Amino acid sequence: MLQQAFIETLTMVGASTAIAAVCGLPLGLILACTASGHILEQPVINRILGAVINVGRSIPFIILMVAVIPFTRFVVGTSIGTTAAIVPLSIAAIPFVARLVESAVFEIDRGVIEAAQSMGSSPWQIIWKVLIPEARPALVLGLTITTVNLVGYSAMAGAIGGGGLGDLAIRYGYQRFRADVMLQTVVLLVILVQALQTLGDWASRKLSRR
Amino acid sequence: MIQLKGISKTFSGAKAVHALNNVHLHIPAGKIFGIIGPSGAGKSTLLRCINLLETPDQGEVWVDNVRLDTLSPKELRRARQKMGMIFQHFNLLSSRTVAENVAFPLEIAKVDPAQRRLAVAELLELVGLSDKANAYPAQLSGGQKQRVGIARALANKPRVLLCDEATSALDPETTKSVLQLLKSINEQFNLTIVVITHEMSVIQEICDLVAVLEHGTVQEWGPVVEVFTRPQAQATKRMLRGTFAANIPPELLDRPSQSRGPRRLLKLSFVGDRAHQPIISHMVQNYKVDANILFGRIDQMKDLPFGMLVLELVGDEERLSQAVSFLESQQVELEVLA
Ligand SMILES: Nc1ncnc2c1ncn2[C@@H]1O[C@H](COP(=O)(O)OP(=O)(O)O)[C@@H](O)[C@H]1O
Ligand SMILES: [Mg+2]
Repeated sequence: MLQQAFIETLTMVGASTAIAAVCGLPLGLILACTASGHILEQPVINRILGAVINVGRSIPFIILMVAVIPFTRFVVGTSIGTTAAIVPLSIAAIPFVARLVESAVFEIDRGVIEAAQSMGSSPWQIIWKVLIPEARPALVLGLTITTVNLVGYSAMAGAIGGGGLGDLAIRYGYQRFRADVMLQTVVLLVILVQALQTLGDWASRKLSRR
Repeated sequence: MIQLKGISKTFSGAKAVHALNNVHLHIPAGKIFGIIGPSGAGKSTLLRCINLLETPDQGEVWVDNVRLDTLSPKELRRARQKMGMIFQHFNLLSSRTVAENVAFPLEIAKVDPAQRRLAVAELLELVGLSDKANAYPAQLSGGQKQRVGIARALANKPRVLLCDEATSALDPETTKSVLQLLKSINEQFNLTIVVITHEMSVIQEICDLVAVLEHGTVQEWGPVVEVFTRPQAQATKRMLRGTFAANIPPELLDRPSQSRGPRRLLKLSFVGDRAHQPIISHMVQNYKVDANILFGRIDQMKDLPFGMLVLELVGDEERLSQAVSFLESQQVELEVLA
C-alpha cells in the first residue's frame, strides 16, 4: 500500500516536472530574451507573456486544480487518478519554471553575452551556446525547487483522488486514525524531499565551474 | 582601415547623456591606435560603435572599406566575425574550458571540428597557454584570462582587434606582459589594434597614434610622440600633468638662483635618437657656459626614447645667447623659462 502510494507520488512529480521543464524552459527563455536591453528585445511580447505567467502563478493550487478539470478531462479522458493529477500539477509548475529560467538567464553576466555578439553570434547561437550552458547550474537548482514544491502539491492533488502519499495519509492516517500510516508517509515524504534537494545541490555544484 | 565619420550618440533616460558628439577618426591599417580619456568620456561607447554593439544616432562606420552601420543583421554578424574584441573583465564563458572558449568563435563561424582543434592548439600556443587547455576560467589568473580572451578574439583571423580597457583589471607586471603580447601580435599579423584606456602608460608603451577623448569629443589626435610632447588641448595637458616628462615641478622655477649674473632657465625635450646624443656636453665645451641640470627624466614611448631636461645656464650674455641658438638649431624642443 505504502509502496504503491510512493510510486504514484513519484509518477506525478516526475511527469509534471518533466512537462513543466519542457514547457517552462522555452517560455522562460522568451521572457528573458525579449526583456528590454536583451538580445531579442520585444516589449509587447514580454509584457503580455509576463502578465499571463503572473496570473498563472497567483492562482492557488487548490482552485487551479478544480478550475482545470474540464481541460484535464479533455486531455486524459478523466479528472481523477494519478494521470489526471499530472495535468494541474504541470500547469501550476510551468509559470514557476518560466520565472526561474528567466532569473537564471538574468544572472548571466551581460558582458559574456556581449562578447558572443561581438564575435558575430546570432540570437539563436547565443541561446544555445551561451544562455543555456551558462545558466545550467542555476537551472538545475531551480528545477530542484520545482520538484520539491511539486511533492507538496502532489499531496494536495492526492486529496482529490490523485493517489499518492498525500492521499494515503489523509484516507488512512487522518480519516481512519492510523497514526502509524500517517507517520510512515510523512517520514517517506521528508526522505524524498531531502533526497531530491541533495541530488539537485550535488548536480548543480557538479555543473558549476565557477 | 577604420573610419568613423561624424559619429554622435545620445543615451536617453531620465537625463539624456550625449556620449559622443560628431566624432571623426581615421585609424590606419596595421597601427596600434590608442583612445585615452577620463572615465565617462565616451571611450567604450566609441569603441562599441566600431563593431556596432552600440548603434550610433548619426554618422558612418567604415571598416575595411565596408560601411557597417547600414548592413543587415546577418551581414553585420559576418562582418563582426572579422573583428576581435577583448574586455576589461574578460567575459569568458565560465561553463567552457579554455580550449572550448577559444573554439567558440570558430563554432559561430561554422568552422569544421577538425580544423577547429588545430586552430585552437595554435592559438593557445601563441598566447602561451597550451598547458591550460582543459582548465576552466575560474582556475586562471587575470593575466591568463586575458590571454584566453586574446586567443579567442584572434580565432577567426580578424583584421581588427578592439580592446576595451583590456589591462585595467590587471596588476602592473601582468599589464606589461599582456601589452607586449598585443604589440607582438600587431607586428606578427599586421593587425590593426584599437586600444581604449584611461592609463597614460598603456598608450606610451604600445600605441603609434593616440586620440584624446573628453566629453564625447575628440580633443586632439596624432602620433603619440607628437601629442605627448606638444600637447595642444587642455584635456591632454591635464592628463599629462605629473605623468611624465612634459612637466616640471613648480618649485624649481621659484627657487632663487645660486649664482649671480646672467642666466637662462631652459626646458629641453628630446625625442628619439636625439635623446642619445651628447648635445649638452657639446654646448658646454663650445660655448663655455656652465650648465646646471635642475631636473631631468627620460621615458620610453613605444620604441622611442623621450626625455626632458631643465637646465640653468650661467655665463656672460653673449655666450648665453650663442648657446641658446645652438640648442635651437639642434632639433630639440626648446623653451626658455626665465
Ligand atoms: N547603455 C547606456 N545607457 C545610458 N547611458 C550610458 C550607457 N552607456 C554609457 N552611458 C553613458 O555615456 C557616457 C560615456 O560612457 P562610456 O562610453 O562608458 O565612457 P568611458 O568608457 O569613457 O568611461 C557616460 O556618461 C555613461 O554614463
Ligand atoms: Mg569604459
